[in-house]
Amino acid sequence: MKTLFDKIWDAHVVTSVNDGPTQLYINRHFCHEVTSPQAFDGLRKRNLKVLRPEKTICTPDHNIPTIDQDKPIQDPVSRFQVDTLTKNANEFGVTLWGLGHKKNGVVHVVGPENGLTLPGSTIVCGDSHTSTHGAFGAIAFGIGTSEVEMVLASQCILQPRPKTMRINIEGELGDKVTAKDLALYIIAQQTTGGATGYFVEYAGAAIRALSMEERMTVCNLSIEMGARGGLIAPDETTFSYVKGREFAPKGEEWDKSLAYWQTLKTDEGAKFDKEVTYQAADIQPMVTYGTNPGMGMGINQSIPTLESVDEAGKISYKKSLDYMGFAAGEKIEGKAIDYVFLGSCTNGRIEDFRAFANFVKGKKKADNVIAWLVPGSWGVEKQIREEGLDKILVEAGFALRQPGCSACLAMNDDKVPAGKYAVSTSNRNFEGRQGPGARTILAGPLVAAAAAVTGKITDPRSL
Amino acid sequence: MEKFTTLTSTCIPLPIENVDTDQIIPARFLKATTREGFGDNLFADWRYDKAGNPIPSFILNNPTFSGQVLVAGKNFGSGSSREHAAWAIAGYGLKVVVSSFFADIFKGNALNNGVLPVVVSEGFLAELFASMEADPKATVTVNLEAQTIVNNANGKQESFDINSYKKGCMLNGFDDIDFLLSNKDKIEAWEVK
Ligand code: SF4
Repeated sequence: MKTLFDKIWDAHVVTSVNDGPTQLYINRHFCHEVTSPQAFDGLRKRNLKVLRPEKTICTPDHNIPTIDQDKPIQDPVSRFQVDTLTKNANEFGVTLWGLGHKKNGVVHVVGPENGLTLPGSTIVCGDSHTSTHGAFGAIAFGIGTSEVEMVLASQCILQPRPKTMRINIEGELGDKVTAKDLALYIIAQQTTGGATGYFVEYAGAAIRALSMEERMTVCNLSIEMGARGGLIAPDETTFSYVKGREFAPKGEEWDKSLAYWQTLKTDEGAKFDKEVTYQAADIQPMVTYGTNPGMGMGINQSIPTLESVDEAGKISYKKSLDYMGFAAGEKIEGKAIDYVFLGSCTNGRIEDFRAFANFVKGKKKADNVIAWLVPGSWGVEKQIREEGLDKILVEAGFALRQPGCSACLAMNDDKVPAGKYAVSTSNRNFEGRQGPGARTILAGPLVAAAAAVTGKITDPRSL
Repeated sequence: MEKFTTLTSTCIPLPIENVDTDQIIPARFLKATTREGFGDNLFADWRYDKAGNPIPSFILNNPTFSGQVLVAGKNFGSGSSREHAAWAIAGYGLKVVVSSFFADIFKGNALNNGVLPVVVSEGFLAELFASMEADPKATVTVNLEAQTIVNNANGKQESFDINSYKKGCMLNGFDDIDFLLSNKDKIEAWEVK
């Protein structure tokens, strides 16, 4: 009796070190400009080639501007890093979806969208949100640059086998409660370190009912509770999403793959090292009030009081609320905000833009709000236009920017100024994440939309 | 990679929990294409003000504390997988980070860069902070072979875990790529399977 995780892991073991890590074969390696230059350099120094160049795909996303992408990047340091990726991809014979390419976009958005992310596979990238791809029933996790070098050189990685945890969400999510709220709820229960050392399988009726994109949002945030990754057993939702995408298997190859994928589920009675169950009905639209993603609460709730925090954590807790300009015990619903960011590998897909657009349809953007709506990829951007969502957004006073990571980590010009509040659909509210001194409130696309039209933190169910 | 055997050093205390890699090295410093120079920007936003002047209250700017060991609160290194965090720590000259809990990816990155993450109990950690407060020149001794850490101020000792493969790598200064490439035949055998 095996868990889904065990089945995929075991199928990829090349060899194991005695009392040490496993050498795991990697099916798919994604690469971006920030965490790869030193890895390619390492290959050069050791005089090595990329062992399986066809299994690596490069796309610049972290540094790129979200306007005027047809012009040279203004910041010389960013430009140099993006150019370095181009040079490395060319020199080592690896596919590049560079700036201006119609497939360019955030690495975790373009992989699934083009059928490169497949059930049963092992996927790595020098980026912690690689956990996104676990939504397809894959073992996908983020790695460091030394490991990027290992994968380039050997198509393998050395990993200690993680423990397994199953998180069951039973029942049905309420009206206007999104997958992002579900994920923020789980992280608030687990805290930022609660799943460290584990690989999480999400299961239960509420998970099964999610669309593929919603599952990606949930798996994306696995890392925010410390998990190595998160995955969901593939099912009809998965298969029909994958079928027909450009790099997905076709014809006979498809039938063979499908037959295998259908076996990818946790056997009845298989043991997890840890198992927890939550009720979907307990989950409200969520917001974060602090400086890590575990500091989240229902939008109508109050920030925990100082007394409720344990002694060792008090210094960090106070520091965090001071940074945010919030007081322990207060409500944040109704507080004025300055920025709204819709985008990132967490919530930058077509369904997020649909949800946001439908919500703001017929309403107007609040005058005090600067809104950055950044599609996760050019594929998403194209679909936004095909569905006419851009027109709805423009009518409501919004404008689309060009795809990239943007304000998710503010390596480009999309920085929230110090002291300003941003309601963000991204994944991290760390100090300075969206710009030095920026105050981030993480939320789903509907809470973001409600904030964008009212200028305040607003329960989307109240509009 | 440099070898690591034993180290006795004074420590730098950072009694904050959940220190994430965005704090260890903020994203705007990730634009470099080499591994050099990150030490100067370790904890940049806590260490320097907007004009780039050192903030005197931050521990790295306090000349009373120095050493090759960073002692940090629970859950050190969470968040982004950026190995730049490990480069910044190594680049600053730190050889050991002591905490009661580390995030997974950070731990791996540290080990791949010759920085030893030492997990101690919450009690040991609290006492170590107290020892440093009482005497900034208090030292610890870390012995990798024996897998022990000693708080020399009170003589208390604890053992720490490290898997024997990684331990061997650190003791001998080997890295993983050498190992992986020595298994090329096995990689090819897996592929035809
Ligand atoms: S969108 Fe944000 S989290 Fe996702 S890959 Fe880009 S920077 Fe990382």
